[in-house]
Amino acid sequence: MKEQLRPAITVFVLLMLLTGVAYPVVVTLIAQGVFPHRANGSIIKAEGKPVGSELIGQPFTDARYFWGRPSATKPFPYNSASSSGSNLGPTNPALLDAVRGRVAAIRKAHPDQTGSVPVELITASGSGLDPHISPAAAEYQVMRVAKARGMDVDAVRQFVAAHTEGRTFGLLGEPRVNVLRLNLALDKRSE
Amino acid sequence: MKIHHMSASAKARPLFDPPMVRRAVIDAFQKLDPRYQARNPVMFTVFVGSLLTTGLWVQSLVGSGQESPGFILGISVWLWFTVLFANFAEAMAEGRGKAQADSLRQTRRDVFAKKLDEPRYNANITQTAASALRKGDVVLVVAGDPIPADGEIIEGVASVDESAITGESAPVIRESGGDRSSVTGGTRVLSDWLIVRVTANPGETFLDRMIALVEGAKRQKTPNEIALGILLAAMTIVFLIACVTLLPYSIYSVRAAGQGSPVTMTVLVALLVCLIPTTIGGLLSAIGIAGMDRMIRANVIATSGRAVEAAGDVDVLLLDKTGTITLGNRQAVELIPAPGVKLEMLADAAQLASLADETPEGRSIVVLAKEKYGLRGRNVHDLGAAFIPFSAQTRISGVDLDGQQIRKGATEAIEAFVRNRGGSLPSELRQSVEQIAKRGGTPLVVAEGSRALGVIYLKDIVKGGIKERFIELRRIGIKTVMITGDNPQTAAAIAAEAGVDDFLAEATPEAKLRMIREYQAGGRLVAMTGDGTNDSPALAQADVAVAMNSGTQAAKEAGNMVDLDSNPTKLIEIVEIGKQLLITRGSLTTFSLANDVAKYFAIIPAAFASTYPVLDQLNVMRLATPSSAILSAVIFNALIIVALIPLALRGVRYRPAAAARLLRDNLVIYGIGGFVVPFVGIKLIDLVLVALGLA
Amino acid sequence: MTANAWIQLGLFLAVLLAAVKPLGWYMARVYRRQPCGLDRVLGWLERGIYRLGGFDPQREMTWKVYAIAVLLFNGIGLLALYALLRLQGILPLNPQGFPGASSELSFNTAASFVTNTNWQSYGGETTLGYLVQMLGLCVQNFLSAATGMAVLVALIRGLARRSTETIGNFWVDLTRSTLYILLPLSLLLAWVLVSQGIVQNFSPYQPVALLQPATDADGKPVTGQLLPMGPAAAQIAIKHLGTNGGGFFNVNGAHPYENPMPLSNFLEMLAILLIPAALCYTFGVMVGDRRQGWAILVAMLVIFVPLAASAITAEQMGVPAFTALGADQDAGDGQAGGNMEGKEVRFGITNSGLFATVTTAASCGAVNSMHDSFTPLGGLVPMWLMQLGEVIFGGVGSGLYGMLMFVIVAVFVAGLMVGRTPEYLGKKVEAFEMKMASLVILVPPIIILVGTAVAVAGPGLRYNAADTGEIKDNLNNPGAHGFSEVLYAFSSAAANNGSAFAGLTANEPFYNTALGLAMLMARFWLIIPVLAVAGALARKSCTPASAGTLPTHTPLFVVLLVGTVLLVGALTFVPALALGPVVEHLQMMVR
Repeated sequence: MKEQLRPAITVFVLLMLLTGVAYPVVVTLIAQGVFPHRANGSIIKAEGKPVGSELIGQPFTDARYFWGRPSATKPFPYNSASSSGSNLGPTNPALLDAVRGRVAAIRKAHPDQTGSVPVELITASGSGLDPHISPAAAEYQVMRVAKARGMDVDAVRQFVAAHTEGRTFGLLGEPRVNVLRLNLALDKRSE
Repeated sequence: MKIHHMSASAKARPLFDPPMVRRAVIDAFQKLDPRYQARNPVMFTVFVGSLLTTGLWVQSLVGSGQESPGFILGISVWLWFTVLFANFAEAMAEGRGKAQADSLRQTRRDVFAKKLDEPRYNANITQTAASALRKGDVVLVVAGDPIPADGEIIEGVASVDESAITGESAPVIRESGGDRSSVTGGTRVLSDWLIVRVTANPGETFLDRMIALVEGAKRQKTPNEIALGILLAAMTIVFLIACVTLLPYSIYSVRAAGQGSPVTMTVLVALLVCLIPTTIGGLLSAIGIAGMDRMIRANVIATSGRAVEAAGDVDVLLLDKTGTITLGNRQAVELIPAPGVKLEMLADAAQLASLADETPEGRSIVVLAKEKYGLRGRNVHDLGAAFIPFSAQTRISGVDLDGQQIRKGATEAIEAFVRNRGGSLPSELRQSVEQIAKRGGTPLVVAEGSRALGVIYLKDIVKGGIKERFIELRRIGIKTVMITGDNPQTAAAIAAEAGVDDFLAEATPEAKLRMIREYQAGGRLVAMTGDGTNDSPALAQADVAVAMNSGTQAAKEAGNMVDLDSNPTKLIEIVEIGKQLLITRGSLTTFSLANDVAKYFAIIPAAFASTYPVLDQLNVMRLATPSSAILSAVIFNALIIVALIPLALRGVRYRPAAAARLLRDNLVIYGIGGFVVPFVGIKLIDLVLVALGLA
Repeated sequence: MTANAWIQLGLFLAVLLAAVKPLGWYMARVYRRQPCGLDRVLGWLERGIYRLGGFDPQREMTWKVYAIAVLLFNGIGLLALYALLRLQGILPLNPQGFPGASSELSFNTAASFVTNTNWQSYGGETTLGYLVQMLGLCVQNFLSAATGMAVLVALIRGLARRSTETIGNFWVDLTRSTLYILLPLSLLLAWVLVSQGIVQNFSPYQPVALLQPATDADGKPVTGQLLPMGPAAAQIAIKHLGTNGGGFFNVNGAHPYENPMPLSNFLEMLAILLIPAALCYTFGVMVGDRRQGWAILVAMLVIFVPLAASAITAEQMGVPAFTALGADQDAGDGQAGGNMEGKEVRFGITNSGLFATVTTAASCGAVNSMHDSFTPLGGLVPMWLMQLGEVIFGGVGSGLYGMLMFVIVAVFVAGLMVGRTPEYLGKKVEAFEMKMASLVILVPPIIILVGTAVAVAGPGLRYNAADTGEIKDNLNNPGAHGFSEVLYAFSSAAANNGSAFAGLTANEPFYNTALGLAMLMARFWLIIPVLAVAGALARKSCTPASAGTLPTHTPLFVVLLVGTVLLVGALTFVPALALGPVVEHLQMMVR
C-alpha cells in the first residue's frame, strides 16, 4: 500500500495538469484561432451590437413574430442562464393542462387555421432554449405574421423557406427553421 | 451361502419401486428437520416461507389476517408440498443406494479369522474376530472361509467367489505376486488356501467404503455443485430482495393511485417461492446422488463425486491395447512357408508344435491348420510325442516326436534354436517376419531341428464396433491414445486399424506417467485404466483413474474409481455418465430460470389487481381470479418438481455429439420448453381450480 | 419508425462498426506496449510520468496490488475533487463568482465524477466556475474512464495469460490509456465540436438584448439574455468519449451550446459507443481469437438495435392525450411529429430516441432530450438498459468487464449443458469465479431495488428546501411516473450512468448522500471482484479447445449470452418496472 502511495500521488497530479490544464488550454487556443465565432457563442451582431446567438432561442409572443417552442426555463422563458426542460411526464395532469392551455392560445391567435396544431408548438423543448421550429409549425403561423406585418403571405413563406435548413447531408437531424434569424430578417425587411 | 447379485438386482429395480417409494416418503418427512434444510439455501427459503404462511394462516383464523384463511391455507399447504417434494426427490435418489448398501451389509457379518503369528502356512493360529484385525496382521484363509478383511496375498493360489462385490458368479483365481494378488473382505475362498496380509483397518475396508458411498452418507458437494450452488444462492438473494422491496413499492403505489391495498405477506411469499430456482434447487442433490448411482449400476465404484464430474471433462483417454481395443488373445490367420518348404509341411509342423499348447494362441493355430489346411486335430499322447512347454529361459515351445524337434517361438528365440543346431534363418523368412510386424501382427517362427519351416501370422483382432466408438469420441472432442508393449511398427498398424488418435508403443510405467503429465501440462484431463501395481503412479497422476477390481490393492488405492467388472472398455461409459450428470444439472437450471417468466405473468397482475386494475392486461393466461392465479403458480411450482424427479434420477438423454449441437438441442428443449411449459401448466391448474370451485 | 429513422440508425451503426477494427487494433497495441505511433510523439511524457512516479513500468502487479493501486488513485481523486468543490468560492477562474458547494453536493458530485457516473445534482451554468469544471470535472472525465479501461485490460490479461500471478501494472495502463487513447481522440473531437458551435473560451457570460422584451413569472420586464460561456468543447469531447456524460450546462446535450447541430449530435453519439465497441475487438486481439470479440459485440448489438427501435417507435407514436387535445403528432410534411415534450426540433424523434438508447446502453448519461418527459415505454428503454448492468457497450472498460462477467455466468450454465464443467477461453469457471461474477451481476440490482424502496418509503418523497425551509415534494410527477423517477435515479447511480428523470429534485441531503453512496458501491464493489477474477484466471492453466468444448464465438452462443443478460435483467426488475413505466403505459393507453 505504502509502496503505491508515491506513484498514486505523482501520477494523479501529473495527469491532472495534463488533462485539466494543458488539454483545455490547447483546445481553446486552436478553437479561438480557427473558429472564433463558433467558440465564442455564435453571437449575431446587428450594427456591432450583439442581438442574440444563432444557437439560442428567444421568447416571442408578438403577432408580428414567428413564435418558438414553449420554454420551461425559470423565471422567464428562454432564460439562457438557466437551461431547463419541464420534466413533466406524459400522464401528468399538469402537462395535459399546459398543453390544453397552449392549444387554446395558439388556436385563438390563429383563427384561420382549422387543423391540429403542430406538436412542437404546444410542447416545451428540452433545453428551454430551442432556437428552432419545424417548417410545419412555421407554415402554421405564416398567415398570422403576414396579417400582422401587412405582408403578402407568399412573401412571408419565402422568408420562411430561406431560413429553413434541411437535414445535414440530407440524412441527419430534422428540417428546421431558426426563429430568431427569421424574425430578425423580417424586421430588417420592414425597416 | 447366499450370494448377492448386487449389480444384477440394482439394474432390475424399476425407478419407482413401491417399497423404495414408501421409504422415501417417510424420509421426506424426516428431512423437514431445519438443520437439514439449512444446507440448501434455496429450499431453506421455501421452508421458512412455509412456516411463515402457516403462522399467517393461524393469525387469520384468529381474525386479523390480510387474506382469507382458505387462501392462506392453500398457499401454505402447497409450499409445504414444495419442500416435501424436494425432500422426496432426494430420498428417492438415496433410496436406491440404501437398498444396495443393505444387501452389501449382509455380507459383512462378523466372522472369525485365523490369525497367523508369522507369515507361514503352518505357523501358530489364533482365532480372532475380523473386527479386531489391524493393518499388517497376517491371516490364513482356507477353502470355505470368508476372507475377513481386505488384503494382499503373500502366499498361495486359490479360487475366490467375489460375487458379493461384483455380482459375477464365476469364481476368480487369486495368487500371490503379480497383478491378481489382492483380495477383498466379504468374498469367500472356494478352493485351496491363501495367506493374506491385512491392508485395511476395520471401517476402512473396501466394503465399508462402498457401503458409505452408495448410501451417500459421506456425500460431499462436488466443486461444480458448489459453484452452481453459489449461482442459485445469488439468484435466491436477488429474488428475495425483489420481493421484499415490493412491499414499500406497493404501499407507495396504493397512495399514488389512491385505491386498493398493499400487497400481502402471503402473496409476497408465494411470489418469492415461485421465482427462486426451486426446481433445480430441489433436485440438485438428487441429480448428484443419481449420477453416482448410475456409476454403481454400471458396476463402477467412484470414490468421490468429484471423479464422476471430472469424467465429463476428460479429453484424453489412455486405453490399454489388449482387452480394450483388441480381443485379449491373438489369433493365427496365416501360415507363410520358408523357401523350399511345402505349405502342408509347415501346417503339419505348426499344428504338432501347438497341440499341447493350451494358450488361446496355440489353440488358434490348431484351428487354423484344421480349417484352412485340412489337418485333423491329433492327440499329443496318442502320438507318443513329448510336449516341450514354454519356458522363460528358452522362450519357445513345441514337441519332440520321433526324434524330430519341432519348435515355435519368437524370431530371435527360434533363430538361436536353429543356430545351435547349425542352421540359419533364410532371408525370405526374415522378410515375412518383418512384413507381419508391419501389419500389426505377431510372427511366430516354426522350426524343425536346424531348419526353419516358416512363419505363423498371429493377428491382434480389433474388437467389433470399437472403431465406431472412437469416431464418436472424436466427435465429442475426446482423444484416444492406445497404450501397448508392442514395438512401434506393430503398434502403429493396430492403431491405424482401430482408428485411435495416437499410441504409446513399448510402454513402460514411466513412459505412461510421462505421457499423462505432458497432456496435463497442456491443460488436458486424462483418464486411464490400470490393474498392475506398476500402474499405480500413472493412476495416481491421471484425473480419472479406473482401477480394475481384478487388479492389485495398490492400483485400487491409486485410482479414484474401481471397475467391478474389470472391463477396460468401461472408461467410455464412465465418461458418458459424467457428461450426463453435468448436462442434467445445466438443463434443469435453464428450465428452472426460464419458468419464471410465466410466473411473473400470473402473479404480478394478481398481486396488484386492487391498486392498478389496468395491469390485468398482462394476465395473458386469462387466469380466473387473482387468488386462483397465485395459487395456480404455486401449485405448478410444486408439481413440476415431482414431474421432473424421473428426469433427475435417470439423467437427461445423452448421445455423443459435438458441444455446439448438444447446446442447441438442450437449449431448445429446456430453455424454450421451460419458457412455454408453465404457461400451459398454470392455465390448466387454474381451469381445474375453477372446475373444483376453488377459484 | 420512419424510413429516415431507419436510415439514420443504419448510418450510425455503419460508421460505428467501421471504426471498431482500426481503433480496436490500435488500442491492443497500446495495451501490449507495442509501438503505436503516438508513443514517438508523447513517449517522453510517458517516461517522465514513470520516472517522477518512482516506479518501474516493467514491474507487474498481482491482482491485489492492482486493486490497491486503483482504490488509492481513485481515493485521491475523490478527495481532490471534493476539496475543489468546497473551496470554489475562494478559487480563481470563477467569473460568475459562484460560491463553494454544500458538503452533500460536493460528496455527491465527487463520487459521481470519480465513478464515471457524472450524475449531476446541480445545474452546470448556475453552480460551477471554470476552474472546477476543468481541474475537477474534466480531469475526472479522463481519469475515471482510464481507470475503467485499465481494469478491463487487467481482466483480459487474466483470460489471456496462463499460470501466472500478475495482471499488468495499473500506473502504466492508466497512463497509456490517457495519453495514447483518450487525450488524442478528445483533442480531435473537441475541435470538430467547436466548429459546430460548442463554446470554448474563458470569457464571462455574455449579455445580449432580447428582440422582443418578455416578462418573468412575477410580471417584471426582462429585456436581455445572459449567454453562458466557458471551456465547454474540451470537456464535452471527453464527456462522450469517456462515457462520462456530465454536462457543462444544466440540460446537457439538449443545450444548443453543448450539442448545436445534427452533425455534432451524430459525432457525440458516435463518441459514446466508439471506445466501448472497439474494446471488444481489442479484447479479441489480446486473447488471440478475434471471433471472441466480435461475438460479444454482436450480442451487444442484438440487444441494442431492437431497443433503439423501440424507443424511437414509442416516442414517434406520441401521447394519445396530446392528439385528443388538438395537437398534430403525425410525422409528415414539415415536422417530425411524435412526443416532442422535452425534445429539441433539430434532433426530432429519431435522434432523441437514439441518443437516449445510446447514452444508457453505454454508461454515459449525457442526454439530448428530457427522459422524464418520454412516453412510458420510451422511458422504459433507457431505464432497463441501465438495469441490465450497463453491459450493452457500457462504460469504457467497465461495460466490457461487466459483460465478461455475464459471459462467465452464461458459460457456466451452457457449459453444463454440453456435459463439461464450464470453461471460457480454456479457463475453468469454478466456485471462486462464480462467486465473484455473481457479485458483479447482482450487486447493482440490489442497490437499485433497496435504494428505491428506502426512498419511496418516505425519505425520498419530501425534503426541506435549504433556502426557505419549507417542505417540498421531491417528485415532479404524480402516480406511477413519480415512482419511475425514483427508480430511474437509483438505476442511473447503480449503473454509473448519470442520466436522470430530471424532474426529481435530487440536490438535497437524502438523494445526494444515498445516490453518492450507491455510485461508489456500484463502481468499486464491482472493480474488486473483477480484478479478483482476473487474478484467479491468470493463475489457471488453459485447456485447449476440442470438439467437446463449448464454442463461444458462434451465433448460438450470442443467443445464449443475450438470453442470459435479458433474463437476469427481466427477472430482477419486472415487478419494479410493472409498477412504474408498464402501469403508466397501460394507464396512458386507457385514457
